[in-house]
Amino acid sequence: MRPVYAVSGGVSKFAKARPDKTFPALVKEAYDYAIDDLGLTHRQFLEIVDGSVASYFSDHFARQLMAAIMAQDYLGLCPKPSHRVEGGGATGGICFQEAWKAVASGYMDVCLAYGFETMSHVATWKGNEFIALASDVSFDYPVGGFYSGYYAMMVTRHMKEFGTTPEQMAHVSVKNHMNAYHNPYAQKRQKLTIADVRNAPMVAWPLTRLDICVMSDGAAATILCSEDGLAKLEKAGGRRIPRVRVTGIGRGTDAMRMADRPHQSYDDFLKYNLLPIEDTAETRTYYQNLWARGFRYPGVHSFRAGRMASKEAYKNAGVTDPAGEIDFVELHDAYTSSEIQTYEDMGLCRYGEGGFFASTGQAFMPTVDYGLDLPEEPVCPVNPSGGLIACGHPVGATGLMQAVFAIWQLQHTIDKHFGDATLQVPDAQRGAIHSHAGTGTYVTVSILEKED
Amino acid sequence: MARHKMEETFGGYVLHNVPFPTELDEEVLARLKEMAPILIEQPYSITYLHSYGQDSPWFAGLTNGCLLANRDPETGYTYATPRGHDMYTGNETDWIEIPAEGVVHAFTVCHFGSEEFLPETPYVLVQVEFPGVDTLFLARLVGVDPAEAGTDWIGMKIKGRFRRLSKFKPTDLYFYPAD
Repeated sequence: MRPVYAVSGGVSKFAKARPDKTFPALVKEAYDYAIDDLGLTHRQFLEIVDGSVASYFSDHFARQLMAAIMAQDYLGLCPKPSHRVEGGGATGGICFQEAWKAVASGYMDVCLAYGFETMSHVATWKGNEFIALASDVSFDYPVGGFYSGYYAMMVTRHMKEFGTTPEQMAHVSVKNHMNAYHNPYAQKRQKLTIADVRNAPMVAWPLTRLDICVMSDGAAATILCSEDGLAKLEKAGGRRIPRVRVTGIGRGTDAMRMADRPHQSYDDFLKYNLLPIEDTAETRTYYQNLWARGFRYPGVHSFRAGRMASKEAYKNAGVTDPAGEIDFVELHDAYTSSEIQTYEDMGLCRYGEGGFFASTGQAFMPTVDYGLDLPEEPVCPVNPSGGLIACGHPVGATGLMQAVFAIWQLQHTIDKHFGDATLQVPDAQRGAIHSHAGTGTYVTVSILEKED
Repeated sequence: MARHKMEETFGGYVLHNVPFPTELDEEVLARLKEMAPILIEQPYSITYLHSYGQDSPWFAGLTNGCLLANRDPETGYTYATPRGHDMYTGNETDWIEIPAEGVVHAFTVCHFGSEEFLPETPYVLVQVEFPGVDTLFLARLVGVDPAEAGTDWIGMKIKGRFRRLSKFKPTDLYFYPAD
């Protein structure tokens, strides 16, 4: 595999509805920003780019089959090679990784990854129906198909197993909305309290409206390249591009129906799912005690796909102590509960400690005042951008939005792009992005690092 | 927060024309870029002929008051939700009958839902754990107070009841507290 650099990105303004533009024009907004940041005109970039990968989740939302080729066409990238990827909520993360593969394999020197979703074209509750079609239509959807309900079921089990509380989840909501207050691209920039989150209308117990991401219209684009591609882009743009290298990718999957997820033994967990950081006598004893209490893995409380994606990405990037060696994480917080579950899958803490990790402040930004009494210092800021909960979740764009924000963090250019330096993670050297599909079916994790 | 907002709904007026400049000079043409977008409603409906395929006997069982499950003939691994082939051995599974009695493994109360289910809110979803069965089953739970949701519901003993008038859906079997 060749080294792959993530050199630039752009994000359209995410909003509840963007009727001012068609979806190809939204992609163009993100694309124009990405090439402009390299100092290139469209004509110059066209001379260099080898092809693209496109992502959007739902043909139902688009009501337009082959929507990706319309974006390719509108951008003026025809007749260069391209294809569309789809994997539920992880569509954007998969797109980023497919672009990585195109470059790493030697197929392309410069590859554009772009994605979009226009969810405003149907009413919110019809939109929920469309999303619920990403659950088994024979056995899950007809029982009361509603994704917030599925995630709520998962977290009730997490609460039962580990004592996780709704107030701990509310900490995630306060954090992410407050972070987004400093992010001009975010859809919801709000200063909230724990009480605001808990007193918001209940959607699916224990998740309130402020525990759940909203529907969005939006697009995002990133540009990935090889060393040769980097040289071509720098020559054309007449400027040096700050180096951000994608040092490892990982991907995992799990059963579509959460009812079918295994309830593995301790020995199988050790054999297949344990992270190197967890391979200590103390942590083995901690897990043995969980199993003695009746805990089984992954059950419906944990995302095995997220653990496997993390494990593979860490191995490829040489990460052994995630919380100690990763400076920030942009992860798929469609729900506050799933952010907590994902801390554990990614090994930022052990299984069962996610609620504590959230409420003690270890995933918070050191530069933001949350109005909370947080007993611990930040260890690894999670969703410094505001995540899906506050930025919005135009599905096909989301995983790429995370990549764009991670690139800017590692180029130390948050101030330039946000017009506000508050969310710049101090001296960010290594970041992780995590994209996740329905109840943990597909999960991608990619590691990005600053290079001098 | 959206507490003081009326719900936005579709069903706008039928519109046959919108204002447009009568004279089109260079300046007026340029200003067309500032025009507000036109939004039109496009209805779309379709009826699918969906086959339950190899899972069909399970639905036939519900219609006749019988709960089936699938079992791997080699390992005995048992699936509460039908599955024609085992995920570990790759074997074709066999049908067995199981009692419609179990415990709540996980649950939620849905106060909102997808459009199709909104009229049924609040409704309770449970993952049912059956003794001796390795996987779970998603079902509706009735007979509990949605306002009293709490993690003490997990572990609750529940019994299944079959709808008299079958809909040929998994909801032909639903659960209620056993005690």
